[in-house]
Amino acid sequence: MSVATWSPTKASGRYRDVPEDTKRQLFEEVKSDPRYPDFLYGCYECGICVSACPSARFYDFSPRVIAQALAREDVDRFYEILMEDIWNCAQCFSCVRCPRGNNPGGLVTLMREVAVRHGLEQAQQALQGYSRVIYKIMLKGNQVSPDMLQPDFFPDWGPWVREFSRNMSTWRKAIPVDTLRNVTDAAWRTDDKTLRELYTIWFETGNMEVIREVDEGLYELLVEIMEEELEAAS
Amino acid sequence: MSEQVIPLTELRERKAQPVRPNPEEAPRPDLREELFELEARGELIVHRVPEPFAEVTTKYGRTKKVPIDRLWHHKSCGQCGHIPGYTTSILWLNRQFGIDYVDPTDQTSCTGWNYYASATSNAVAQILVMCRNFAAAYETGYYPLIHCGTSYGHYKELREQLVHHKELRDQVRRVLDKLGKPLVVPEEIVHYSEWVHVMRHRIAERQVIDMHDITACVHPACHYYKIVAEDAIYDPDIYGGQRTATVTALLQALGITVADYSTWFDCCGFGFRHILVQRDFTRSFAVLRKIEVMKDEANPDMTVTHDTGCVTTLDKSQFAAKAHQRRVGVPVLADSQVAALAMGAHPFRVLQLHWHSTDWRPLLEKLGIDWQRYWAEFEEDLAAIERGEKPGLTWEDAEQPILTR
Repeated sequence: MSVATWSPTKASGRYRDVPEDTKRQLFEEVKSDPRYPDFLYGCYECGICVSACPSARFYDFSPRVIAQALAREDVDRFYEILMEDIWNCAQCFSCVRCPRGNNPGGLVTLMREVAVRHGLEQAQQALQGYSRVIYKIMLKGNQVSPDMLQPDFFPDWGPWVREFSRNMSTWRKAIPVDTLRNVTDAAWRTDDKTLRELYTIWFETGNMEVIREVDEGLYELLVEIMEEELEAAS
Repeated sequence: MSEQVIPLTELRERKAQPVRPNPEEAPRPDLREELFELEARGELIVHRVPEPFAEVTTKYGRTKKVPIDRLWHHKSCGQCGHIPGYTTSILWLNRQFGIDYVDPTDQTSCTGWNYYASATSNAVAQILVMCRNFAAAYETGYYPLIHCGTSYGHYKELREQLVHHKELRDQVRRVLDKLGKPLVVPEEIVHYSEWVHVMRHRIAERQVIDMHDITACVHPACHYYKIVAEDAIYDPDIYGGQRTATVTALLQALGITVADYSTWFDCCGFGFRHILVQRDFTRSFAVLRKIEVMKDEANPDMTVTHDTGCVTTLDKSQFAAKAHQRRVGVPVLADSQVAALAMGAHPFRVLQLHWHSTDWRPLLEKLGIDWQRYWAEFEEDLAAIERGEKPGLTWEDAEQPILTR
């Protein structure tokens, strides 16, 4: 089935339609990323990317359709993908076995960036429950930490999580690696200077503005803590 | 059948032949040459692999240098946070071989997990996080060894973007100047499993646990060999050079039977965002496409992989599946843990197996390891810590192998 006839109707009524110009503007934003030409060279429609894609097995998701829609600059299809599909990608990059040299996973990353920058509702929905992770990564420079392993968040990981949670403090002390021992709010012990350099990177690259689009309250909290740290050091 | 069609038998025959690629015919230019050109133009500093190093062959037949000594351990947040025996085993192996290393506190994670999960960042910020860490390593004089498969893949891709886009380099340099850091890029981006790979024969020489009765399935980590594929190690003697050799070559050196299974190319189901906030996908994929297939086709004693997300996903996804009577129950270990165990590392002080969810006891019993005895020792450690008699475990407590030949 080609892009022209592919009509999943999976999204009807689930997101707000926007004028053609807005779709075109969002598309142009993706296309203007300097990485875009490295990620898209056209599409043979061979489907190798789909056969390797884990998300294609479990969702109505196709890396081939993404490559095709972007290559044809089909902004209507692009907008559907932006609103419905991009958050289903597992970002494993199995699709880069594409014989044309495409990187559909990379295209998804660019589209996600645009979705987040514009604070699209679908991006906010996809990231519900994720704010505590953003808090950790921005402040500590670590995605996860022992104190995030709580039974309420990981009930499907079994009684092990409850046992861990009860014993976290002692178990962390029983690790012989100096930088890990007794650290529970981060993955390892990080220098204050290192974290200040990280905060500078977030501010200087416009990364904090991205966070504001996802969660304004979290943004204000982070800025307050980071600015205090940076000011105290200067 | 037309004469142009290659007969199936011939295709099978070709497939059975080891692949010996010619680097002259590589589909992509050698990025290292471009790096050195940029250095010659004064745009950046190339951090060279120090001696001693081993030379290995990568996917397109090029040679890659893997440093042996003077290592700056670029730790993984997922490993250190949730699977600390992974990291401990890597460092334990370093210590056993007398490797000079730095375990830095001047390091952040690559933040790539967050980027692939939420896209709440951008290319310049991601490259800067990488370059800040590389500059920190360079300042110490030690060479970065990347623990996480995602950091490794992410950094390779970011390095490529940095080299190919002057506008990104200019933006990165502006912020690095503000931080007072040089723009340093390593000559090779090296994953810890590549260090384990080149050390595998030395590890086997010091093996004290017989592993010949063990069958393992290998899950090669996507971000190790799919992102910037040409940097991964391939060897004509392992899978005929048609899959990456890391992990498998180690297991074979230790006498373990590596059993094949049909979904070896599939990812584990981690998904970055999914593992944290949408685990129905992760659990389903990990169980239906990986663990059950391994169980049905190979019935392994363990699954071995070499990345943070893969160990987490494959290990933690099995509990809920068990409640649904799925065919699960395969312990999941990192290659560093297997290597350390083979050399007699303590299952709890070093491998920290109590952080793993899927039952590892049958594996240890099959290896003839009296895990109850070592758990009792570890419980005494915990009790001493709780009584305040010791602040925690140190390398002095964990260094000694449990068995000697």
